[in-house]
This record gives sequence, structure tokens and C-alpha cells, in this order.
Amino acid sequence: MAQKLYITTSPHVHCGDTIERNMRWVIVALMPALIASFIYFGVGSLIVTATSVASCLFFEWFITRVFLKKPSTLADGSAIITGILLAFNLPSNLPLYMIVVGALVAIGIGKMAFGGLGNNPFNPALVGRVFLLISFPARMTSWPVPHQMTAYADAVTGATPMNLIGQIAGGNTAAADQLPALKDLFLGNIGGCLGEVSALALLIGLVILLWRRVITWHIPVTIFATVAVLTGLMWLINPVLYVNPLYHLCSGGLMLGAIFMATDYVTSPMTPKGMVWYGIGIGFLTVVIRYFGSYPEGMSFAILLMNAVTPLINNWCKPKRFGEAVK
Amino acid sequence: MNTFKIGGVHPEPNKLTADRKIETLALPQQAVFPLSQHIGAPAVPCVQKGDTVRVGTRIAEPGGFMSASIHSSVSGKVAKIDTVVDASGLRKPAIFIDVEGDEWEPSIDRSEKLVLQSTKSREEIIECIKNAGIVGMGGACFPTHVKLCPPKECTIDTLIINAVECEPYLTADHRLMLEHPDEIIIGIKVILKVLGIDRAVIGVEANKPDAIELLKSKTSMVSGIEVMPLQMKYPQGGEKQLIEAVTGRQVPPPPALPANVGCVVQNVGTVFAIYEAVMKNKPLFERIVTVTGKSVKNPCNLRVRMGTPVSQLLEYAGGMPADTGKLISGGPMMGRPLLDETAPVVKGTSGILLIPEKEAARREERNCIRCAKCVQACPMGLEPYLLATASESQDWECAEENWIMSCIECGCCQSTCPSRRPLLDWVRLAKNRVGGIIRARNAKK
Repeated sequence: MAQKLYITTSPHVHCGDTIERNMRWVIVALMPALIASFIYFGVGSLIVTATSVASCLFFEWFITRVFLKKPSTLADGSAIITGILLAFNLPSNLPLYMIVVGALVAIGIGKMAFGGLGNNPFNPALVGRVFLLISFPARMTSWPVPHQMTAYADAVTGATPMNLIGQIAGGNTAAADQLPALKDLFLGNIGGCLGEVSALALLIGLVILLWRRVITWHIPVTIFATVAVLTGLMWLINPVLYVNPLYHLCSGGLMLGAIFMATDYVTSPMTPKGMVWYGIGIGFLTVVIRYFGSYPEGMSFAILLMNAVTPLINNWCKPKRFGEAVK
Repeated sequence: MNTFKIGGVHPEPNKLTADRKIETLALPQQAVFPLSQHIGAPAVPCVQKGDTVRVGTRIAEPGGFMSASIHSSVSGKVAKIDTVVDASGLRKPAIFIDVEGDEWEPSIDRSEKLVLQSTKSREEIIECIKNAGIVGMGGACFPTHVKLCPPKECTIDTLIINAVECEPYLTADHRLMLEHPDEIIIGIKVILKVLGIDRAVIGVEANKPDAIELLKSKTSMVSGIEVMPLQMKYPQGGEKQLIEAVTGRQVPPPPALPANVGCVVQNVGTVFAIYEAVMKNKPLFERIVTVTGKSVKNPCNLRVRMGTPVSQLLEYAGGMPADTGKLISGGPMMGRPLLDETAPVVKGTSGILLIPEKEAARREERNCIRCAKCVQACPMGLEPYLLATASESQDWECAEENWIMSCIECGCCQSTCPSRRPLLDWVRLAKNRVGGIIRARNAKK
């Protein structure tokens, strides 16, 4: 016989899915939000995003090639996603060196220290973001207001809806007059981190992720539902102090976190049941931090806390086994 | 349309031979009959070197309760009893027969005429099926006479005919239904008589509308036999998945049997073999084999005598394409790789599939990214990523706690994994070990 034959056990065919395909579609799904960010914050958003992505790629390449002497893993696309997500969680006027430090922490400590893609317990971009938030609290909590196309370091900053919601809940009910219209919140015509402002653009991203079957509905939908129910209850109890739940859904990092950060494959639970509990946990913690914590926004902390619980959720929430019911 | 509830995948169907009529392959020069063509004890030869045999002569007897007879598919002389490498990749004892002419046992009814009625009793029918050496033709090769005698304490109410053929590429069952529907329906009636029940459901996937139509029109006047179209999804032909799709009942985990939920499942090819055995007195010595693959010149459905070397089937299909990277006995999801084309066709050979080199090579495995796609795909509700990790770290306890023995080895997990991890390889390894541990524990009790 002329040919050499492969001998492997079944299955002999594959659906063709790859890590790269999934990462590529996440990047595609992030594009509407990047475009929205450029529309509202101008060049600043591009400078921050480009710096973050370039730094993440560099640190991943440097650590794998120089420290670990392994083949480069840049092609899998995960460093690009970490870069974009880190940038999306930063104000569009952040100094370059801070972005580079954030990228080093995200990739170096958040991901490579644990063994690279697949082994990190926490979402790397959020590790970087929270490091920056604690290290540079002033710069990380002053956000440019929209419509400053050419501004970067000199951008004018102002209160975000998240600040205002906090002030109202604290008793300063006059702040309610400054709250932007729901339409502006939905489109993204508000101050905030550069990638989180446009709920519409992020929801388009969600549709892309669901359509390409990169993620399932469980995590984002349970987060939305939990936040809507909890903030809705508080709103019904006291509509003067607590705002309409739609404000909560469309402001701060909720959409970005629920759609792109909480759904990170590596750090989220493996079973649909687990994903639902994880989503409920994130929604609950977010509302608690927003209303009762010292930070105006709690999404990042909520996701990181639930990341820590993910291994436990995987142990508790087993899939429904075939034949279990009639055991 | 019905289907099973948990997991499942949609591989490319690639049914290249769905419109190709069954053709009869010429006799081989030498036929080889491995003694282990079924689950259970190998058969024991009852002929010796130099004996003359006819088509249909029994050449090996069951080696135990769970075993099956083997009959010659050719006439000629027993050349030797030696070993041959079969689809398991192992060398196994086999009977070699040099072909001379084509002389059949006179007891076999070779006419084309349909035989509608039989006066045989239930016990006689079972004996007849046992003597004909019939095993499950879907690929598992479970001795049929054993399956038709479910445990006394179970009440059977439904016979399910597995005509799903969910494996991509294969069309042997599809063609059989189109070309021999009457025989299949008579075969079903025979099995209903054996089981003493009056309800049979033929489960067919919706990608075979012509077979569904034909069987529906043929059964419209027959009470008790229903044709049920099923939504396309792999592995619907898995026994447990099919039972759930048809009846909504879930078979409990091993060691429970389909009989525990009142069902007996028979492959449509097996039903045809039962018709031939009971009505025509013809033992199981030929079957329909799909020879196929994307680069195969003349993909076809062949009626093949058992023992024919695979090389002869390939020759008929236009030779082995130059780009062949893998030669598979069976379908792409659960088939077994052949070491070369000298292997003989056996009772379980539903297809010969040639996969081009570029699809045959496995890609390099990467870290698990915990995307959970294997969990979503598993039709048994298992966590393949966890079982594979447990296997890798030899944590047999963890594997057992997480239901590893329920795995049906359908391959959904591995065929979906974006990191190309050999999940099923690891799971098979652990299943083997855990199975041994459980047997040892039960033996102690």
C-alpha cells in the first residue's frame, strides 16, 4: 500500500471550531462599542485603546518568549481582547504610563503568572483595572464628558450618571435634575469609562456573540434580571432616593461587564445552572456595592469576587445527568 | 418533531450515497471470518482445515450464552484457521476459506418472493435468530437473541426500530429502507410476536423524507407500527437517546437496560436480517456496506458477503484516493480506524469511510479554555473537561463520582473542543480503569 494512514480513535471529524475563531468574534463584537467610544470621546479613546492593546501584546510576547522561552501565543487573540477590555474600563484621558502599568499587571499577574490562557482564576483585564483604581484613585475616577473629539490629556471631566445615582441615594435629591435622559444613557452620550457608555453598541455586541454561539445567554441575562429586580424593588419602595432600574442597566460598567467581562470563558462557571448562580451573584453584589459601598460602581469588584467563587460553583452545580431523574 | 433533550451536535451530514442503489459486490477469492464479530465470548470453530463448506454453512458455534454463530458466506474449502488483524487493530483468530463456485445450502430460500406468514412459535423464532448468528447491525454487534429475551421482571411495551443513521456519510440503512420496506415491516411483526407486544415505532431522522414517506404508506394499513420522523441531531441513533426521543423516557444509569423503561431497540438492518433468517431460513452472511468519502471516485452502497477484504470494496469504488489519510470501518463519529485494507468485512461493518489527509490529522492540542462547549454538547449530561482532567491526573474516584460510566463514547465532546483536546481518549482510559475498579469491588461483595 502506498499511503500512510493515521490511526487514531474516534471521533474522526471535528466541527472546525478553534480558540482563534471564538476570540476573533469577541473582537468583532467589541467593535461597535469602540466605534461608539470614538464618536463620543474622539481620539482619546483610540489613543488609550491602542496603547493598552499594544502593551498587552508586548508583555505577553515578552513573558512567553523571554522568560518562559516558549512559542509565542499572540496568535490566539486573547491578549488583544484583554487589551481592548482593559482600555474599555479606563477613562479616555488616562496618562499613557498608567495604561502600560495596567497592561503589565493584567497580563503579567492576571494571566501569565498562573500559566497563561486557560489557567487564570480572575479576569485579567479586571485585575489590571482594579490595580489602577486602587493605585491611582483620582485619575481613575474622573471621567471626560462626551463630545471632545480632539482632546486627550486636556479633556474636560464631569460627573457621570453613576456619581449622580450615588448622590441621590445619599440624600442629595437635587442631583436628580442633572441625570441625563434615558435616550442619552442608552446611546452612550454620557461620561464614563471609554467602552462602557453605549448600551446600544454593547447590546449589538451581545447579539453578535449569541449569533456566533461564542457565549450563551445565561450569564448576561441573569445579571440584567437580578439588577433590574433588586433596583426595581428599591425604586418601588422609595422612588425619590432610588432611581428607575433602567438607569442602573444602562449606566456604569453593567452592560460591558455582563456581556464581555463576566462571560470570559476561563473565569466563569461551566454549567448552565452554575452560570445562572454566578450571574445572580454578580448582579446582587453590583447593586450592593453601588448603593451601600464606598465606590459609585461595583461591577468590577462583583465580577472578581464571583470569579473567586467559580471553582466552588463548578463543584456544586452539576449538569442534569441523563437518567438521573428516574434513579 | 421529537428529539432527545440533553446536548447533541450537528456534524456535516455528507450523505454522498443517499441516491445510490444497492449494488452486489462480486465474490472474493478468499473470505476471512474473525471469530470475534460480536460482544461476548468469541465463537468456536466447528470446521477443520480442508473441510468443504457451502454458502450458509455454520463454521463456528457460540462460545457461550453471550456469543453468536458464524456462517460461511461463500462455498469452497477451509484453507486454514489462523489470525487476522481486524478493526480493533489486534490480531484475532479467524477462519480462512478459499472460494470455489457459489453453492448455497439447499435449506435457504433464494427466491425473490416475499414470505408473509410464519407458523413458528416464539421459542422457535428465537432459536432461529440464534442459529442464524444475528447480532446488532448498527455497529455494537450485541447478540440479538439475548436482546430479545429481556429480564422477566421488566414489562416491555414498545419496540423501537433504530432507522436514525445519525452517523454522517453512512446510508446503508437508508437504502435498505427504500429497497426492502416490505421485508422490514414483516421483520418488525416477527419481533413484536417474540416480545408479545403490539406497538412498534420506527425512528427515522428527517433527512430521509423518501424513506419516511415510503414506510408511512406501507404501514398505513398495519396497526401497531408507527413511523416517527425525528429532528436531525447526533447521536440520536444512540440507544438511550433514541428511546428518549421516541418515548420521552430516560434509561437510568448503568447497569440499567432499555428494558427497565419498557423498551427494546433493534437496528433496521437487524430487522431485515431477522426477516431473512425467520422467513427465508438464511443465516447472517451478507450485509449492506456504504463505501464513501469526499475524494472517493465512485461512492456506493454494496451488498457484500462477510469476509470479503476491504480492498475489494475500495476497488469497486474506484480505488483508494491518493489523498487518503484515514481508513475507517464505520462512520466518522464512532468508527474504528483500519490499519490497512486487508481487513475483512464483518457483521458490524456498516461503512468504509476514507478521510482525506488534511481532515485526518489531529491538530495540536492547547490549554483548556473552559469554554464549556463540551458540557453543552454531551448528550449524557456529563462534564467531559472534568472527566478528562480527572483521567489525566489518575483521579479515578473523581471520575466515578462524576458519572464516567454513563459515557456512551459518542465523541460529541471531542468533536466540538476548540482547543482540540483528546477528551474522549482520556475518558475511555478512565472508563476502563473505573470499570475495572467497580468490577473488583462487586466481586468482593
